[in-house]
Amino acid sequence: MNRYWTYALLGAALAALILLGLSAGPFVLYLAMRVMILAIFALGYNLLLGRTGLLSFGHAAFYAAGAYGLSLATIHISPHPLLGIFLGVAAATFLALIIGFFCVRHTEIYFAMLTLAFGMMVFSLMWNARSVTGGDDGLYGITRAAISLGILKIPIYKEYQYYFLVLFFFVLSVFLIHRIYRSPFGLILAGIRENHVRAEFAGLPVKLYRLGAFVVSGAFAGLAGALAVLLESNITPFASHWSRSAEPVLVSLIGGLQTFTGPLVGSIVFVVLREVVERFTHNWMFWFGVILLAIIMGFRGGIVGSTAEILKRYSRA
Amino acid sequence: MLQSLAHVCLAGISAGMFIWLVASGLTLIFGVLRVLNFAHGSFYMLGAYLCFTVLKVMGGNFWVGLVLGPLVVCAVGYAMERYLIRYVYHLELPYQLLLTFAMVLIFDDLVKMIWGAGSLSSPSVPGLSGSIPILGRNFPVYNLFIIVVGPLVALGLYLLVEKTWWGRIIRAAASDRDMAAAIGVKVPALYTAVFVFGAWLSAVGGALAVPYVGLLTTGMGETIIIEAFVVVVIGGLGSLKGAFLGSLVIGLLASFGTRFIPMLDMFLTFILMAAVLLWRPQGFFAES
Repeated sequence: MNRYWTYALLGAALAALILLGLSAGPFVLYLAMRVMILAIFALGYNLLLGRTGLLSFGHAAFYAAGAYGLSLATIHISPHPLLGIFLGVAAATFLALIIGFFCVRHTEIYFAMLTLAFGMMVFSLMWNARSVTGGDDGLYGITRAAISLGILKIPIYKEYQYYFLVLFFFVLSVFLIHRIYRSPFGLILAGIRENHVRAEFAGLPVKLYRLGAFVVSGAFAGLAGALAVLLESNITPFASHWSRSAEPVLVSLIGGLQTFTGPLVGSIVFVVLREVVERFTHNWMFWFGVILLAIIMGFRGGIVGSTAEILKRYSRA
Repeated sequence: MLQSLAHVCLAGISAGMFIWLVASGLTLIFGVLRVLNFAHGSFYMLGAYLCFTVLKVMGGNFWVGLVLGPLVVCAVGYAMERYLIRYVYHLELPYQLLLTFAMVLIFDDLVKMIWGAGSLSSPSVPGLSGSIPILGRNFPVYNLFIIVVGPLVALGLYLLVEKTWWGRIIRAAASDRDMAAAIGVKVPALYTAVFVFGAWLSAVGGALAVPYVGLLTTGMGETIIIEAFVVVVIGGLGSLKGAFLGSLVIGLLASFGTRFIPMLDMFLTFILMAAVLLWRPQGFFAES
């Protein structure tokens, strides 16, 4: 597929998303926004897992930091959504910098355990600091105020209005993360994943690169959290619980760890499948577990990876 | 003050013993199979629910439940190792962890399907109910019973691993799988056996927890697995002695934390876990 086809495809996808925003009902829009928010979270996360080869079990902490950052800014400073999103992302980035500083000293299982420990520390802080975070009730009643840009005021209160803000950040994130994948930084991350000893021998500050990937993925997690709280209008400490940290891992795995679009496809499958399964049964987790098992046992490339492989085999034959 | 301290101590030790029963199996499995099993807490939960059912169906004898419940969990553990985990030993860490995490999701919902989503209240055990005065304050007899059982299990495990032929085989496979296979150890069968044994330990912990926790909930597996992870990390991954001491530390830390600084009880546990990982990743109690 040449470059022009890719552009045409991307343009068509964007046009479809804009058309969806103009025509769909509130429920479909709600689902579409959830998909996009989860995709921002997972795409950023996969920069760490798929690209750098580090399994974090604490990224829900950064998601929650973004969400609480926005909520607290809305309550105490100003309800301006862009300020809230900025502060949310800043909070998540700062937290990722601190936690990442310690975590990148290890890899493999020790890294996973360290991120789990730090993530749960954040969880317990959010749970216990009742006066700031509202304890286990969380913060609620976060409304979507209009975005005022000088004399221009853009309302985002209605679903179809907010949809376009989410779409904007989604497109921006996809673009940025894609650029990161293709940048020297992103290529070095892949090199570190393949052989970190060699990368070190080549004189690269491996830990610094790992920290970089950690912070960037934390920032996108924060963006996802901030957008999610504007969508749902509330946030509870459970958003930072370790079991929520598994979400971006699962989404990336479903789509395919070693692909750029994997987490995107995974997010669609995750959200849509959940809606469908929950119509028929309350036991969504059971079926989700079964699907995960199937992917791990048989299709480790995920949906995107496995499909690409099948296509390749087919076209060769 | 003194009596209050003693009671906080006892409560901490008995809480630690439940974590120990889960952590012992977890660390044994990690030491030999090199797989960190998220679903280990689910065995604890299954052990509790199955014990509860046997107790209800079979005329209320707790001891029958304590024996039969964990046996069923052994069968579950066998199936899980034989048909799933065996195929991911050679894979990268994310796949192994996520396979066991998928099992957590499945077990959680299975329990909800079978026993319902609400919590079940459990009966007390005749002969071990009530409480006796210690230093002028009442302490539940059942908790004392647990404080005796925990170290007994530890002693049994020590003898098994250090003094028997089985233990030698296990240690051999743990230190070098290929070498053990080369001298004739049936490694796949041994892995299955260790996994089933670990599952049994965890299920016994769950069954013993039935009279202790009072309420059975589907979240109980997820709570204990994280505590067990902390313990296993503090003790050094794969070390039984470390896991025992780690369980005591975490049990005591939680109980003193809840008593004196309730704001930070969970925080302290995880800060300890992170500190050990950062500065003594081989475990707090490891020799150098």
